[in-house]
Amino acid sequence: MTMSETVTDAVAITCRNLRKKFVLRHTRSMKEAIVWLLTGRKGDLSKKFDALKDVSLDVVQGETVALLGLNGSGKSTLLKLISGVLQPDEGTVHTRGRVAGLIEVGAGFHHDLSGRDNVYLNGAILGMTQSQIDAMFDSIVEFSEIGEFIDTEVKFYSSGMYLKLAFSIAVHTDPEVFLIDEILAVGDEPFQRKCIAKIKELAAAGKTLFVVSHDLDLVASVCDRGILLEHGQIIMDGEVHEVVRELRRRSAD
Amino acid sequence: MASSTGELVQPGRGRGIIDVYKHRFLLQLLVRKEIKIRYRGSVLGLLWSYVKPLMQFSIYFVALGIFLDMQRGTPNYAIYLFAGIVLVNFFTESLGNATRSIVDNRDLIRKIYLPRELFPVSTVWVSAAHFLPQLVVLLGACLIAGWRPSIWQLLAAVAAFILVAILAIGLGLLFGAANVYFRDSENIVDMILMVVTWASPVLYVWPMVERVMGPWFFLYQLNPVTVAVEVFHWAFWFPTLESGPASESATPPDLIGLWLPAAFGVALVILVVGQVVFKKLSVHFAQEL
Repeated sequence: MTMSETVTDAVAITCRNLRKKFVLRHTRSMKEAIVWLLTGRKGDLSKKFDALKDVSLDVVQGETVALLGLNGSGKSTLLKLISGVLQPDEGTVHTRGRVAGLIEVGAGFHHDLSGRDNVYLNGAILGMTQSQIDAMFDSIVEFSEIGEFIDTEVKFYSSGMYLKLAFSIAVHTDPEVFLIDEILAVGDEPFQRKCIAKIKELAAAGKTLFVVSHDLDLVASVCDRGILLEHGQIIMDGEVHEVVRELRRRSAD
Repeated sequence: MASSTGELVQPGRGRGIIDVYKHRFLLQLLVRKEIKIRYRGSVLGLLWSYVKPLMQFSIYFVALGIFLDMQRGTPNYAIYLFAGIVLVNFFTESLGNATRSIVDNRDLIRKIYLPRELFPVSTVWVSAAHFLPQLVVLLGACLIAGWRPSIWQLLAAVAAFILVAILAIGLGLLFGAANVYFRDSENIVDMILMVVTWASPVLYVWPMVERVMGPWFFLYQLNPVTVAVEVFHWAFWFPTLESGPASESATPPDLIGLWLPAAFGVALVILVVGQVVFKKLSVHFAQEL
């Protein structure tokens, strides 16, 4: 099932020869740029490095994939390419169905709006329609355990409440493909357990999950397949426990 | 296993400003958010939208109308002045905020893919919401002065407003995208906005310019904001005048037949250029912000 060359109907994410370069230092003023142009473009204005080099992978619908690797191996970059926030320098990404990310939940929150307003704003940002949010609203509030504080401005929320509400909106967006980046560490322990149960529920319901986390035991319990990235390249793709073992072996060296 | 839904698509490849219409629910929420938080924690709230332009109007009226005695040559100078001011205010607020909109929403743009055109477009809508109270004040003043507009004048006013909105979105896309790469863009826009009030016949009347520019007067008329201001004068100020020598030269010749369509042409070209540049630059917004 992994890395199949034949792209079937059921494929949810397909990446081909992805390369992503990042610029380390960037000029921010016109003066520097004009001087650079006038002096015959001598030297490079910026330094570049490859965050991803030649990454290809297929994820079939309903698969649960853990993206593993040490810091700086390119995991978040790959996730951003799949969500469309970044565009690849080379290669292609294709996705099927609605993709939503539990990426840095609460990015679309506004502190001066009430919880209620933020549910609508964030729901819409994550791609929900008005009727979907209307239908999900009570369930979102219930899951978040915010209760009567829903009409309070979120700037008065504790950080835990804030994250709970944000997470609750995100899991209710009901996309076909879920991208999850280091989100499972939300709130207190009972809420964490609830989140993990919810994510397992999504996996059981046939959603495609694409998870980035450093909590290896947790991803191993949620996902079936593991992909190991190192310096922007896939070095292992297989059953999640084996990949976790490999990562542990490498980081012990 | 879930059944396959839909086609394979490339994420993050939008169709530009057309996508904004598809996301109009989100656009509506973004606009409402901005309006809600604009005057948060202030006692007067939305009243500020009346107080500020009235103050601006009073300053100009005292300095120009009374001290420089503009009101002698221009009957109903107060209405003449205010009709121009409200439209130019709409333009400056739209363009100023649209230019900053991408950088201001960097947290969102870096993390979630949305059609980025949403942000400049929503700022123009917010400015339109702040234009409304000013329009109410203008209409009140016009009615007191015995305003009797024709249906054509009203339609022309709507067209002039849309013209300014198109221009503001076009320039807003252009400078908003450029601002991600060069923050100088904000300062360039601030300068443009300083010039705009004086580059259109808001405080003075157009024959003064024609006298100086002579055959080159058409250059002055190529500015869509100038045309829109002149149309506003025709719609709001002109119908309050008694017929007489002053009203003969109230509007430049060929304003509706020639200059209004020409201004739409200019504004649409700027919109297309703005969209093309925005689309090209927006690919790297997330990593440049």
